[in-house]
Amino acid sequence: MNADFSRNHFELFALPVSFDIDVAALERAYRDLQREVHPDRFAAASDAEKRLAAQWATRANEGYLTLKSPLKRGRYFLHINGIETEEESNTAMPIEFLEQQMEWREAVVDAKAARDEPKLDELAAQRIAEEKSLFEKLAQQLSMSAALPDARLTVRKLRFLEKLGEEIDEAFEVITA
Amino acid sequence: MALLQIAEPGEATAPHQHRLAVGIDLGTTNSLVATVKSGVAEVLRNHDGTLLLPSVVRYEKSGPATVGAIAKAAQADDPENTIVSVKRFMGRGIADVARYGALPYRFIDAPGMVKIETAAGVKSPVDVSAEILKVLRVQAEESLAGELVGAVITVPAYFDDAQRQATRDAARLAGLNVLRLLNEPTAAAVAYGLDNASEGTYAVFDLGGGTFDISILRLAKGIFEVLATNGDSSLGGDDFDQAIGAHWRNANGIASASHRDTRRLLMKAREVKELLTTQENAEATLPLSYGQEFRLKLSRQEFQAMTAALVQRTLQPVKKALRDAKLTIADIDGIVMVGGATRMPHVQKAVADFFGKTPLNNLDPDKVVALGAAIQANVLAGNRAADDLLLLDVIPLSLGLETMGGLVEKVIPRNSTIPMARAQEFTTFKDGQTAMAIHVVQGERELVKDCRSLARFELRGIPPMVAGAARIQVMFQVDADGLLSVSARETVSGVETRIEVKPSYGLSDIEIADMLKASFSHADEDMQARALSEQRVDAARMIEALQAALAKDGVTLLSGDERTTIEAAMKSLAAAATGANHHIIKDAIAQLSTVTEDFAARRMDRSVADALRGKKLEDVKI
Repeated sequence: MNADFSRNHFELFALPVSFDIDVAALERAYRDLQREVHPDRFAAASDAEKRLAAQWATRANEGYLTLKSPLKRGRYFLHINGIETEEESNTAMPIEFLEQQMEWREAVVDAKAARDEPKLDELAAQRIAEEKSLFEKLAQQLSMSAALPDARLTVRKLRFLEKLGEEIDEAFEVITA
Repeated sequence: MALLQIAEPGEATAPHQHRLAVGIDLGTTNSLVATVKSGVAEVLRNHDGTLLLPSVVRYEKSGPATVGAIAKAAQADDPENTIVSVKRFMGRGIADVARYGALPYRFIDAPGMVKIETAAGVKSPVDVSAEILKVLRVQAEESLAGELVGAVITVPAYFDDAQRQATRDAARLAGLNVLRLLNEPTAAAVAYGLDNASEGTYAVFDLGGGTFDISILRLAKGIFEVLATNGDSSLGGDDFDQAIGAHWRNANGIASASHRDTRRLLMKAREVKELLTTQENAEATLPLSYGQEFRLKLSRQEFQAMTAALVQRTLQPVKKALRDAKLTIADIDGIVMVGGATRMPHVQKAVADFFGKTPLNNLDPDKVVALGAAIQANVLAGNRAADDLLLLDVIPLSLGLETMGGLVEKVIPRNSTIPMARAQEFTTFKDGQTAMAIHVVQGERELVKDCRSLARFELRGIPPMVAGAARIQVMFQVDADGLLSVSARETVSGVETRIEVKPSYGLSDIEIADMLKASFSHADEDMQARALSEQRVDAARMIEALQAALAKDGVTLLSGDERTTIEAAMKSLAAAATGANHHIIKDAIAQLSTVTEDFAARRMDRSVADALRGKKLEDVKI
């Protein structure tokens, strides 16, 4: 027997279905929910209850993880509005965006090889600034239903930036080891 | 702590029977058992009055294994059969243990985990650990004068799935009901946080005998949320002993020492290391088996210089954990030091320098993990309203699958809060392919060969389709103990092939039961008595919980018929529990569990709804 999980993540945490959420309210709702459903509350319960608790707690963790991250939240918001971001299949990106990405990636590789920490710091700051402006754009697009299809490209761009961030982190790890 | 307890209306007013539960710190060097008595966590003493049980097991030709101080005293005389630091071998293969350098044991290569040939036969690290746990269980049962409902066993946060499985198997083999596997730094945070009523973001730096963990936690309103964890499951105090040993060997020209002499050398190294915590200089005399005697000296300065690299190795995981938690040093409100090895002044200094703050040391670093585990065991056993304490922990290492070209596809990333489930879809590579090999791995590296292999299995019976048409859904589930199970099914054809896998070294429930049976020398009756008593305890708890649930929600959530069915099943269980057949009680428990499933689901839905409406139980009580 499975619990009823027909609610979407926003509804699960009793939040308005909107990209722009109150993060503090999300954290509060997540904690309140885990207090009720976490398997630790059911260590002495029947197997059926333990199973339910595990399902609910998993659901709460998944929902929290999705809503906490702005990129995942944006992707998910589009998904529940019937729009898929197709990040794996749709690789058509504006050429100038791709060129900029290539440039940054090469700069990260060079800075890593040269163990140039200040340069990495600079690249990290540039990435964060770019990400910030894209998130602002995303928030705007997701607040108008007519702009939702355009938001797909913004999400795909943000995924590129996320990967770039991972590469920068990895480079920091290597040169500070 | 001294609040008066008032029962909820309609609930039985008889005070709950205090359920005996313990927390066990199964350490590399020492192990401890603790419990909560009258609201206070305390470590239970051994027969000889000490708190720490050395994690040493000696096997002789005849008689039971010796555990603890007596075994430890024999390590230099009988190094081949006296197993020290067995924790380092848990869930590890022969290639892993080879990295620890020359060890006196006769290792045997076995699938998944090494075994050791001893005077008493071939033993696995699980067997050896179970001997230690058995002593602690008996000690606790004698000291508390009763049977344990269960135990929380601590594991290093950075333990992978293989090491966790092995630990749980050892506990079950020792006859313990495992309430939870708890990460050591989290346990320490519980003991620490509750003691200090702290709120904020804390780093727990846990350097034990053989393992290093760093966890970053956020403490707020009784919830301990682990944000990130990292570590090195083969770095600990033992390595500092080895460093001293290697130095003396070089400096004094002690060549090709025997196992006995190596053991003696390391024992002296440990003594000197401990002395250097409070002294500037220390020395020891080392008599070797071939008659020669060495006077060995070491200054703190020399010691710190030769082990600086080891201390430095702890900081890399700290940086990674901070990065994963998306925090900087400035965000950390306090650093908690755990594990005997954090007593070394240069470890303290390195941590203080790194964080720019003096670490907190006001709890005994040897005891704090066991105390935290005891507090959590007390909660899980139902002795304390779980309302005031909740631990949200994470998995330390990413879980994934092998894909084409020996690459790893991550399914659940590290530092995901558990329990967690994730499904990943795959497809066939060739036309008409009817089987698919699934290889489950754990680790951060991109290549399969650089990660730990957890399990391999095959999904068979896929209907022949063109390449790429089949949809194979592989489901990963990690439970609240951090243990993984994997299942796979083909979704397009509707043909469901489900396989539950356990890591290759894992023991099946039947194997555990058989081993458990064999380990009880006075065999069957004891087992029967134990099983009967366990089932009775379970039955009583279930009835008690159900009565409370019925009193609270029975009227609003159940129809008359449903209630009648549940009450009939409850009566059957109560009747079965008075009998002497544990199988019948078990069946009655299963029966009651089945007929209450819908009721449980509705209660859960209601409590979720209440929680989110902000209508907390506390508000209602006022």
